[in-house]
Amino acid sequence: MKKRVLWLRFLFLLIAFAFASVIYAQEGTVSGQVTDAADGSSLPGVTVVVKNTILGTVTDVNGSYTVKVKPGEVLVFSYVGYQSQEKAYGGEKTINVALAAGVSLQEVVVIGYGSVKKSDATGSVTAIDKKSFNQGMIASPQQLIIGKIPGVQVTTLGGAPGGDAVIRIRGGSSLNASNDPLIVIDGVPVDNTSTAGARGSLSMLNPDDIDTYTVLKDASATAIYGSRASNGVILITTKKGAPGEKVLGLEYSGNISVATVPRSISVLGADEFRSLIKQRYPGDEAVLGLLDTVHSTDWQKEIFRSAISTDHNFALTGAISTMPYRVSVGYIYQDGILQTDNMQRTSIGLNLNPTLFKDYLKVNVNAKYIYEKNHFADNGAIGGAIAFDPTKPVTADNKFGGYWAWLQAGDSVPVDQATTNPVALLNLKQDNSKVNRFLGNLQLDYKLHFFPDLRAVLNLGIDYSKSKGTVYVPEYATWVFQNKGTDNTYSQKKNNQVLDFYLNYVKDVKSIKSRFDVMAGYSWQHFYFEANDLRSNVPHDSAHTSDRTQKREYFLISFYGRLNYTLANRYLLTFTLRDDGSSKFSKSTRWGIFPSVALAWKISDEAFLRNSKVVSQLKLRFGWGETGQQDVLDWWYPYLATYTASDQYAMYQFGNVFYTTLRANAYDAGLKWETTATTNFGLDFGFYNDRITGSIDYYMRKTYDMLCYVPVPAGTNLSNYVWTNIGDMKNNGWEFNLGLKPIVTKDWRWDLNFNATTNKNEITRITINDDPNYAGIPVGGISGGVGNTVQIQSVGYPMYSFYVYQQVYDANDKPIEGLYVDRNGDGKISEADLYRYKSANPTSTYGVSTTLSYKKISLSAAGHAAVGNYVYNNISSNRGVYSNLFRPEGPYLSNVTSDVYDVNFETNQYLSDYYVQNASYFKLDYLTIAYNFGNLIKNTANLRLSFTVNNVFTITNYKGLDPEVNLGSTVGIYNNMYPRSRVFVLGVNLLF
Amino acid sequence: MKRIIKITFMILATTLFLASCVKDLNTVPIDPNEMISTNVYTSAAGYKQVLAKLYAGLAVSGQFGPAGNADISGIDEGFGEYLRGYWYHQELPTDEAVIGWNDQTIKNFHSQTWGSGDIFIAAMYYRVFFQITQCNEFIRECSDTKLNEHGISDADRVEIAKFLTEARFLRALSYFHALDLFGNVPFVTEFDPVGKFFPLQIKRDGLYSYVESELKAIEPTITAARQNEYGRADQGAVWSLLATLYLNASVYIGQDKYTDCITYCNKIIAAGYTIEPEYSKLFLADNHNNPEIIFTINFDGLKTQTWGGTTFIIHAAVGGSMVPADFGIGGGWGGTRTTSAMVNKFNLLLDKRAMFWTDGQSLEINDIGTFTDGYAITKFKNVTSTGVAGQDPTFVDTDFPVFRLADVYLMYAEAVIRGGGGGDAGTALDYVNAIRTRAYGNSGGNITPAELTADFILDERCRELYWEGHRRTDLIRYGKFSTSTYVWPWKGGVPEGISTQSFYNLFPLPSSDVSANANLTQNPGY
Repeated sequence: MKKRVLWLRFLFLLIAFAFASVIYAQEGTVSGQVTDAADGSSLPGVTVVVKNTILGTVTDVNGSYTVKVKPGEVLVFSYVGYQSQEKAYGGEKTINVALAAGVSLQEVVVIGYGSVKKSDATGSVTAIDKKSFNQGMIASPQQLIIGKIPGVQVTTLGGAPGGDAVIRIRGGSSLNASNDPLIVIDGVPVDNTSTAGARGSLSMLNPDDIDTYTVLKDASATAIYGSRASNGVILITTKKGAPGEKVLGLEYSGNISVATVPRSISVLGADEFRSLIKQRYPGDEAVLGLLDTVHSTDWQKEIFRSAISTDHNFALTGAISTMPYRVSVGYIYQDGILQTDNMQRTSIGLNLNPTLFKDYLKVNVNAKYIYEKNHFADNGAIGGAIAFDPTKPVTADNKFGGYWAWLQAGDSVPVDQATTNPVALLNLKQDNSKVNRFLGNLQLDYKLHFFPDLRAVLNLGIDYSKSKGTVYVPEYATWVFQNKGTDNTYSQKKNNQVLDFYLNYVKDVKSIKSRFDVMAGYSWQHFYFEANDLRSNVPHDSAHTSDRTQKREYFLISFYGRLNYTLANRYLLTFTLRDDGSSKFSKSTRWGIFPSVALAWKISDEAFLRNSKVVSQLKLRFGWGETGQQDVLDWWYPYLATYTASDQYAMYQFGNVFYTTLRANAYDAGLKWETTATTNFGLDFGFYNDRITGSIDYYMRKTYDMLCYVPVPAGTNLSNYVWTNIGDMKNNGWEFNLGLKPIVTKDWRWDLNFNATTNKNEITRITINDDPNYAGIPVGGISGGVGNTVQIQSVGYPMYSFYVYQQVYDANDKPIEGLYVDRNGDGKISEADLYRYKSANPTSTYGVSTTLSYKKISLSAAGHAAVGNYVYNNISSNRGVYSNLFRPEGPYLSNVTSDVYDVNFETNQYLSDYYVQNASYFKLDYLTIAYNFGNLIKNTANLRLSFTVNNVFTITNYKGLDPEVNLGSTVGIYNNMYPRSRVFVLGVNLLF
Repeated sequence: MKRIIKITFMILATTLFLASCVKDLNTVPIDPNEMISTNVYTSAAGYKQVLAKLYAGLAVSGQFGPAGNADISGIDEGFGEYLRGYWYHQELPTDEAVIGWNDQTIKNFHSQTWGSGDIFIAAMYYRVFFQITQCNEFIRECSDTKLNEHGISDADRVEIAKFLTEARFLRALSYFHALDLFGNVPFVTEFDPVGKFFPLQIKRDGLYSYVESELKAIEPTITAARQNEYGRADQGAVWSLLATLYLNASVYIGQDKYTDCITYCNKIIAAGYTIEPEYSKLFLADNHNNPEIIFTINFDGLKTQTWGGTTFIIHAAVGGSMVPADFGIGGGWGGTRTTSAMVNKFNLLLDKRAMFWTDGQSLEINDIGTFTDGYAITKFKNVTSTGVAGQDPTFVDTDFPVFRLADVYLMYAEAVIRGGGGGDAGTALDYVNAIRTRAYGNSGGNITPAELTADFILDERCRELYWEGHRRTDLIRYGKFSTSTYVWPWKGGVPEGISTQSFYNLFPLPSSDVSANANLTQNPGY
């Protein structure tokens, strides 16, 4: 309650100031043309504003402008990629300006709680704007930056609609706690955990509304976000109206695309299958009798399709008086390549950023709303299509919905253990959801009337989602036959709120050539989660109906401050401090202090370089800082002794009564922050008027008191695994970024960007004891058998190292079934012979993108690569053995992958290192050709048409379908992943 | 000046506002199914719900049935269920059972090649300690101090005192399993806190004494035999566990305690349990309230669901040409069978306990991975004695008999043969023949006094108690588990069976706990 009162108080205060008078001024008019200093060509889109006001305009397609201005005022001409210029107005009618390419001194990057001139940034900060985004069919914000930023690895989870992806910055600093970076959209830190029924964690944001991405990588940049910053911070700003724009501008961008299945997994065809069965089970009628001699079905063809999608985005943008605005509406309709899979999403965006009281109050209102409707296809069909007997027809005359199924003797009961008909799985399961999500904030930035050096900024934000879904499977479907169908309803509500308040004081002290920029603030965040699960069967009988509600919440409260000190405009110092409190920890441990310090030297501003024709920028950076982690996933009260009630299926009987049981849960009363210390050295450079720009960074990260979910000494807690602070880990690596403009002429322009990253990850401690004999914590569950794992977290090795037996090969290089190297030489093969073989994480990653344009035509492409990543081919290890052909427990037949002939294994050899395969790759993510028709109508209706191919090709030696496997929770295990499609996209952009 | 006042005012207002917000960090669960202890222990009814979990810990794998919100982590939840784990450890390494699956290291049980990193062994070990720490927590909450704190009424205290004895029984039961399977384990009682410390390791003989003293301490106060609610432990359960402990004392402490074993067998036998006339009824969906059964782990197809327990025992045994509906289930899992060594102990024509499925099955096992190799077993079913299927085709209603009178009869006979006092050979023979009369349906299978030898009892225990979780302990007591005195198909990983090393008589402590707890010394051989 108190909080609400105070919010109101702040609002009241600010509204009171609104009654101050607005001053009008007499104006003259000036016009002119802006050209490129290099070749004299006109520059459209250059912002022309009167300095220290928001009055201004943008140059038209001919580079011309007209603006109202008073004598004595100064006009500022700025354009991204060019150095800004200022011209004083002395009453003349015309002012022509030639802008030189280069990093504008005015170019500003957002940082936590504020912004700095790019040239003054002290941390490892990479910003990319909409011009550099990936192109084509983009359904999620994450897809915009795949391969674009060194040290930032973005991996889509697969090819499902919605394009959800995992982001890892510098490899991830945590072992068990979340490795997702903090994402801040227009100043609101958002919840990027998955939302029930939604396709993507960032689905509330229409990619078309995004203006810039800024990635804060080193601790000196991220530490201001303290507790949530250990895995980096991504700041997203959305497109806004600009001051001085015309009153009404209209933008449309849209596309239509066809997604195709690039490859399918090679399995035996029907005839091949029949002959192999006959060969292996000669005369065995029990087996041969199961074969169908007539039919042949390519099950993968049956479940996949070419899918058509459309994406439309409209935006109204402009400025009404002193209020720039942007209103956007988007609609995307996306079919998945898996039959029946579909997503439809409508998004609405609103940005208002008026300035009031002669610049004293800047208001920023951002609102995003999406409504998403899904039909989820059962991904189990993907594995089912590989395993299903190819000699069987899709349909049959039976009581199981008309889909062919394996039946027990008597044909009335399905075989429990047999593969489910994948087409039935897709067509009989109705899995639908509806998601509403709202993200909004109000930011008031007030320069105190009585003390203008001081700004007070209040930011109120909300991230709200409400979703609902149903899963219905009719009683006659084979896989739910025993329980008489499925009729489930689920709903979820998330409501996360943030309040930020900070004061910012900026003072130039000329006498000591110093500039002080001091900021101090407070942040309050509340996370609320509520879910309901109503599960039943089709008749809704009480024995099969359960209804369970979950609720939880947590709070984060922080105090933070930053000092930016600049000496002689060349020597920069940044110091930040954040004190964070989390309700996930006990009173005595909940506060954590996270400091950082950074130094930068703008060498190019020194006298000996200032006039250099070669060096246009040179800046040396050093930063050190500590960041924290408190995200113990779904455990929101890990320090409290709590009890959990059983559901109605886990009761216990005394006498004739069934009791709901209460279990004491494990807890660590002393749980505290995980801390990551990062040291970063960086060099930013620009040569030849910034025709060549780039940066090199080296970082070292050490995580200690790691929040791990690990086995604790038996008898000391209420379960064997507890979230506790144990273990250390380190990451270090290089990042390299290079931007080239090899050709810049009037007609030709060629941009080339390249980045490379190395990362070396090592777990340095995982137990209290440092017991050298301890193998580690098994992870990486696979399909096949139950509970098998192929990876391990061990001291001295990278996370997710594979933990397998070393295969022995025969003279023809064929693996010998069940024969492994006796690595410890004790004469037998036991668990002691398992060894750590490679890791799922790449040792280096690369990104490359380029644009070549000639007059109005442009060609662009981008790709990314990874080296040193290994993938466990679970499809081959599970399906590529002969024992799958006939299963006596049904009995039933099932298909095997064609690579069974490579190994000739009778039974599964899950732990053979044969299946751990080098999955280094290069992928060309898109190739776009675009033509800009210019204005169709006089001075307006600018049209651009483009054609894009997404996921053009992949170069790899990996034998499976796709070498890029990272699902966030599991890494490097390829198993029935939703295939990434190849998409052909026709795009239109229209500007009025 | 004015400016300074304004700024000061703003700073003050802000500070007050911030201070009030910091209190938000004190959260307690708001979930309807999550609570803190002060809300749990408000009355005997609340205590009983926690007690129910101490029992349910033997039956289900987590707070959601059949799986979800698991009690222990780091393993497939179904494998982490108590009874399934116990069954794996007691049956799979013996002549009574093989399993055909590819689950992790599961085949190492039968070949006796397990190591300290074995996930199934770790699951059993941590399951045992889950029970122990849950019991400890409950026992702490039953102290007078806590009862006063919670404001418990005098009437409720009487009931809670009974609960306390049962919690101590369940803790003793799990410590007995730890003693039998692992020998030397970390030792914690209600006097140890929940938190970071290294429990001390107790030696096997020390743990033996502790289990014995605990059982003797609760013996007088726990509910009298056959007087408690179904499913809850009573004196009969305490006596049965004591008898078992004494019978195996030679293994645990190197001393014979056969006289004590007989003392407790006599108490049980005098308590009024009777032999169920039809052997097969002991293992059916309606086996609750059976007069022969002393203590059970309860399952229910609708309300107590798990992928372990009797659901596992019944499903895993069905495959090949067996018709699932005959077992009251929707489909078999095709996993477990037995060896010819066990089959050959039976008179297949006359002994009704020879519940084998032979159609399509071979007697000898060529490939452990093939279900049709080796006879299947039809002993446990999810159908009632009148042939009606259980309530659910996936999850079974069949309760698991932990202790039953026939076991006590055989313990009595063995203790007498081994020289224990307080019993006599004639009575022993009567008890054994009572069992055999039921098995044969007449006295045709009865034995003579001369035939009543220790080795006969071992075989008879196999015939009577197979797949009920006794075999490994029995073979070790007879010195036949490892070593070459007795081999069976695929013992040691070879078709004809070979001797294995004697250190396999104890399972290793999981390497994860040896690493986590500096006070632990691994069992020899591992």
